[in-house]
Amino acid sequence: MSETMILIGARSNKQGTSLCAGKFGAEYLDVSSTVEMNIDDMTRLGLANGDSVRLTTPMGETVVRCKSRASKDLAAGIMFIAYGPHSSRLMGADTAGSGMPMSKSLDVEVEVLPAQPRPVGG
Amino acid sequence: MAPALRIVNGKLYDPANGIEGEPRDICVQDGKIVASVGEEAKRIDATGLVVMPGGVDIHCHIAGPKVNLARKLQPEDHRRDVHPRTKFTRSGVGGTVPSTFATGYRYAAMGYTTAMEAAAPPLGARHVLEELHDTPVIDKGFYVLMGNNVLLYQLLQQGRKDEFKQALAWWLNAAKAYAPKLVNPGADAMWKGRRNSNIVDLDEKIEGFDLTPRKVIVAIVEAANELGLPHPAHIHCNNLGHSGNWETTLETMRACEGLKVHLTHIQFHSYGSVKGKVRDNPTSKAREISQYVNSHPNVSADVGQVMFGKSTSMTADAPLAYMLRQFGGHKWVNADTEHESGCGIIPFEYQDKIYTHALQWAIGLELFLLSEDPWRMVFSTDHPNGGSFMSYPRLIRLLMDREYRNEQLKTLNPDVVRDTPLADGLTREYSLQEIAIITRAGPARLLGLADKGHLGVGADADITIYENHADRERMFEAPRYVIKDGELIIEDHEFRADHAGRVLHVAPPYEAQIEEVIRPFFEEFYSIRFANYAVDDQYLHRHQVVATTSQ
Amino acid sequence: MSDNIRIVKDATCTFCGCVCDDMDLTVDVDEKRIIKADNACILGKAWFREHGHEERPAALIGGNEASLDDAIEEAAQILVNARFPIIYGLSDTTCEAQRVAVGIADMIGGTLDTTTSVCHGPSGIAFEAVGESTSTLGELKNRADLIVFWGGNPAESHPRLFSRYTVTCKGMYIPRGRTDRTIVLVDVRRTPSAPVADIFIQVKPRRDFEVLWALRALVKGRKIDPSIEQTTGVALATLEDLAGRMKSCRYGALLFGMGLTMTRGRHFNSGAILALASDLNAFTHFVAKPVRGHGNVTGADNVVSWQTGFPFAVNFAKGYPRFNPGEFTTVDTLARGEADAAMIIAADPASNFPQAAIERMKQIPVIVLDPKESHTSRLARVAFTTATYGINVAGTVYRMDDVPITLRPALESPYPSDEQILRRLRTRLRELLGGNRVPDKMSWPVPAAAA
Repeated sequence: MSETMILIGARSNKQGTSLCAGKFGAEYLDVSSTVEMNIDDMTRLGLANGDSVRLTTPMGETVVRCKSRASKDLAAGIMFIAYGPHSSRLMGADTAGSGMPMSKSLDVEVEVLPAQPRPVGG
Repeated sequence: MAPALRIVNGKLYDPANGIEGEPRDICVQDGKIVASVGEEAKRIDATGLVVMPGGVDIHCHIAGPKVNLARKLQPEDHRRDVHPRTKFTRSGVGGTVPSTFATGYRYAAMGYTTAMEAAAPPLGARHVLEELHDTPVIDKGFYVLMGNNVLLYQLLQQGRKDEFKQALAWWLNAAKAYAPKLVNPGADAMWKGRRNSNIVDLDEKIEGFDLTPRKVIVAIVEAANELGLPHPAHIHCNNLGHSGNWETTLETMRACEGLKVHLTHIQFHSYGSVKGKVRDNPTSKAREISQYVNSHPNVSADVGQVMFGKSTSMTADAPLAYMLRQFGGHKWVNADTEHESGCGIIPFEYQDKIYTHALQWAIGLELFLLSEDPWRMVFSTDHPNGGSFMSYPRLIRLLMDREYRNEQLKTLNPDVVRDTPLADGLTREYSLQEIAIITRAGPARLLGLADKGHLGVGADADITIYENHADRERMFEAPRYVIKDGELIIEDHEFRADHAGRVLHVAPPYEAQIEEVIRPFFEEFYSIRFANYAVDDQYLHRHQVVATTSQ
Repeated sequence: MSDNIRIVKDATCTFCGCVCDDMDLTVDVDEKRIIKADNACILGKAWFREHGHEERPAALIGGNEASLDDAIEEAAQILVNARFPIIYGLSDTTCEAQRVAVGIADMIGGTLDTTTSVCHGPSGIAFEAVGESTSTLGELKNRADLIVFWGGNPAESHPRLFSRYTVTCKGMYIPRGRTDRTIVLVDVRRTPSAPVADIFIQVKPRRDFEVLWALRALVKGRKIDPSIEQTTGVALATLEDLAGRMKSCRYGALLFGMGLTMTRGRHFNSGAILALASDLNAFTHFVAKPVRGHGNVTGADNVVSWQTGFPFAVNFAKGYPRFNPGEFTTVDTLARGEADAAMIIAADPASNFPQAAIERMKQIPVIVLDPKESHTSRLARVAFTTATYGINVAGTVYRMDDVPITLRPALESPYPSDEQILRRLRTRLRELLGGNRVPDKMSWPVPAAAA
C-alpha cells in the first residue's frame, strides 16, 4: 500500500558530525538513509522501526528505513529525513527562476515494501 | 619601477607652492617629483594643458561593511551602469555604489589619486581593508567610528581621562585607521536602547550613561589634539538634516574652541527653521555657518554638496536613515554593530522641483561661494549621500561658471530661487587655482599629508593633466594623463596600466597596559575574543604610516 | 599520543556560520592531529577531530594520480576551451581564495555562483527588494530580550548559537541571561530545538508565508480572520499574542533558516520575515537575521558583492558582471545542460543537488578542489586535494553577521591551499589567453568531439 506524505529534509547533529568523518563512511550513510515518520502513520501502515519504505516523487525514488516519532513531535502526514544522497534523489531541478530547488515540503509517495525478515523472537 | 618622466611645458596649478598657471616642467622618478631627470626620460608634451596634483577626496563612502550592504541592495542601479573589463583591468558595475574595481578605476579616470573612506566601526576594519585592497590605483585610508564607543563612554563617565586617550590611540592602531570619526554622538545608545529614539540636544543625557554628546565630543577632540594626529577628529554633527540644526553645529564648533576639529558635510548641518503648516521648514544658515568657519582657523569643513539625481544615503546615523524612509523610501537597511555604532542605508533621489532638495543644493553652493578660506572649506558630496563622486566634474563647473549656475537655478523649485542669495548676491566664480585648493591642496593639508596635494620636489608623483576646455565639466571628467606613484596610468584618456595604491594609516604611541583595561570588557561583552579583534599587518599590503606630531 | 603537544588558543571553527573564534585546540604535532577542541560544540569537535592527515594524491586526472603541474594544465585547458564554464562552491574556503576564483571567472568570461544559491540565496533576493534590519551577534547577546527562531533547528545545526550568542548567554542589558529573555520557536515539526523555547508554534508545511503576512497585518493593527487557523495550523490568539510580544519587547530578533528558503515561497518567505522585522521598528528595535550555514558562505557573499556588485549567480560572458538567479544559478545551468565545464571549489553538489544537475556533471569535464574525497571528486576529470581552511590554512572568514575573523591554523598540511591552486591556475590562464578575455575578441578553438 502507498500514501502521499510531506517530506522535510534538514540537517541533524549526527548528519553533521558523520559528515566530517566522510560522506562515504558508514555512519553518514546510515544517518541519511533513515526517515522519521509519525508513529500513528506507521502503525496504520503496519510498519515497525527499521522497516524499509520506498519514497517516490516525479523526480525519482529511493528506499530508506523508517523510525517512529511521537505525534507531539512530528504530526501525522509529515516525514523527516537528514540530507544526503537519498533525499537528493527525490528533488526536482525546477527552481522557479530562483536558483533554489525545492528541498523541503516535498510531496512524496510512501510505499511499504513487502514483509521484512524479522529477528527470531520478535 | 616605472621609467622616469618629464612633463613638459604644462600650465601648473600648485597652490601649496604658490604657482598659478605658469608653464613649467615637472620631473618624475621612482614615484616622486624630483628636480631633474636625464635625457632618456619619457617626455609628455603638456603644452596648453593644465597640470594639477592628483585629486584628494577627504570624505567618501567606498569600502567596508556598510558600503557592501548598500552595494548588494541595488542591483537595479548596477544594471544601468556596467563597467567592462579590458585585457588588464577587472570588470565591475557602477551606479551610486560601484563595485570596488570600478571605484578605483573611475576615481583615477577623473584624476583623483587619494580617497578616504569616511566611516567604519573597528569590528569591520578587516572588511574595509579587504575592500580597499581590491580598490585599484588610488591611495586610501579610513576613519574609524569612535563617537558611540561603549567602552570609551564608560572610561569617560568614570573620569579616567588618560586611559580614555590611551584607549583611543589603541583603537586607531588596532583598526589601522587614519582618524577618529564621530557620527551623531550619543544617538546609538538611544536608537538601540530606547526603542529607536534619537538625541537632539548636545546637553541631553545619553541613555544608560552619565554623559552628554557635548562631553563626548570635547573628550575625543581633545584627545585627538593631544595625540597630535595628522587629521583631527572628523565629526558628523548631531541633528543632521533637521530644520534648525545650525545651532547644534555652532554649539559643536564652540565646544571645540581652540582645538583642531573637522566638521564634515557641513551643508547638511546649516539649516535654520521657520514654522510651516505641518512641520518646521528649513531655511539657509549658510552665511552664519560660513562666518564662523571663516573666523575660526581651528575649524575645517567639507561642504557635502547635494547633486540632483540618484544618490544613496548610507550613514552611521541610523535614526537619520530611518527618518528618510518616511519620505517615500521603500527598501531600508539598518545594521547595528555591538558597542560601536549603528548604520542606516536608504536609496534616495534629489530632485530640483522639491523645495527642500533645491534648498539643500543652494545652501551647499552658498557655503562654497561665501568661503573666505578655501583651504578650510573643501570639496565633497559625501559620496554617495549627496551625490556620486562621478558628479564632481559637474559640481566644479557649477562653481567656476556663473552662467551655467544661473541656468540651473532656473530649473529649480521657484520658491527656492526666491529664497536664496544665489540668485542675485553670489556671483563669484572659482578660479582653476581655487579648484586646485578645494579638490587637492586643501584636503591634503587638512589630512596632514605633506607629500600630497602639491607638485614640489619630494611630493608623491600623483599628477593629473587636463585639457583646458571652456566647459569645465568636460575638462574635469576626462583628464588626458593621470600619473600615480610616477607610473603613467592613463595616457590619451585610456588606461595603460593597473596599479595598487597604498593604505594610509596612523600609529600613535600608547601605553601597552591599556590592553588590560580593554580586554576584560571584551571578554565579558563582545562576541569575539580580544585576541582576534585587532587587525594584523597582513591586511595592509602596500601601506604607509603617517606620523603624529610627536613621532 | 606523542609528547610533542602544542596549544593553539583563540582558533576559529568554520564548520557552521557561527564561526566561533574561541576554540582552544590541543594539537599533537607528531601525530598531526587535533586531539582536543575546548569550547567546540559537538559539530565543531567532529570538524577538528576528523580533519587529520589523509593519504591521498595531491592531484588526480581521470582518477589517476598526476603531478600538480599536469593537473593545473589540464584544468586550464578545460576552462579555456569551454563555452559556458561555471565556477561553484566557495563557502568552505577563505576570502583570499574566493577573490582569486572571482578573478578567474572574470578573466574567462564564465559564470560564478556560490552555495548561497541553494541556501540563503532567496534571502539575498529578498534583501534586494526589501532591505533588512540586522545586527552583529553581540547585540543579541547584550540586548535581545525576545528572540524568535523560525524554520531552523539550531540545536542540531548551530548548537552554540543558543549558548554563546542568543539564549543562555548573559549580556550587558541581559544580566540574568535566559531568565531575562523570551524565546519563541516556529517550525513545522517539534525539533530538538523546541525544548529551548518558552513558546513553540507549529505551522502547517508550506504555510509560513501566510503566518508571516498575518503577523505583519496584526503588527500594523489590522484585523485577521480566525480562519487563519485552518490555513496555517496556528490559532489567531497565538498570532495576536506573538505580535503583541514583538511590539512590546525592548530589542527583538527573528532568526530564520532553510525552513523558509527551501519551501513553497522561497524568497517571498524571506521577504516577508525581513519586512516584518522592518515594520516592527515603528514600535521598538527589531532585527531579522538569516542563519547562515557553512563557515564562510557569508565571506563568499561579501567578496562576490564587492568585486562584482552582486552576491551570487554572476555571469561575466559579456565582459561585465550580470546577475540573474534562475539563469546563472548552478542548479539551473547544470540541469538545463548549459554548463559545458565546471570548477567546484570546497563544495559537493554531486551529493545534494537534484538528479538532473548531477547527471550533467557526469557528462562534462569537472575540476574539483576539496580536502576530502566527495561524490563530486569521484566524478571529476581533475581533482585537487587541498588543505583545509581554518585547520591548515590561514586567511579571512566572515561570520554569519558579517564580522570578519582571521583564522589561526593548527596543523601544517602537505597539500596546497585552494588559494595556491587557484593562483597557479590563474597565472596559466593568463598565459593562454594573454590577459582577460574581452568579448568582441573572444574565440574558442573548435571543441573536440566529446570524449
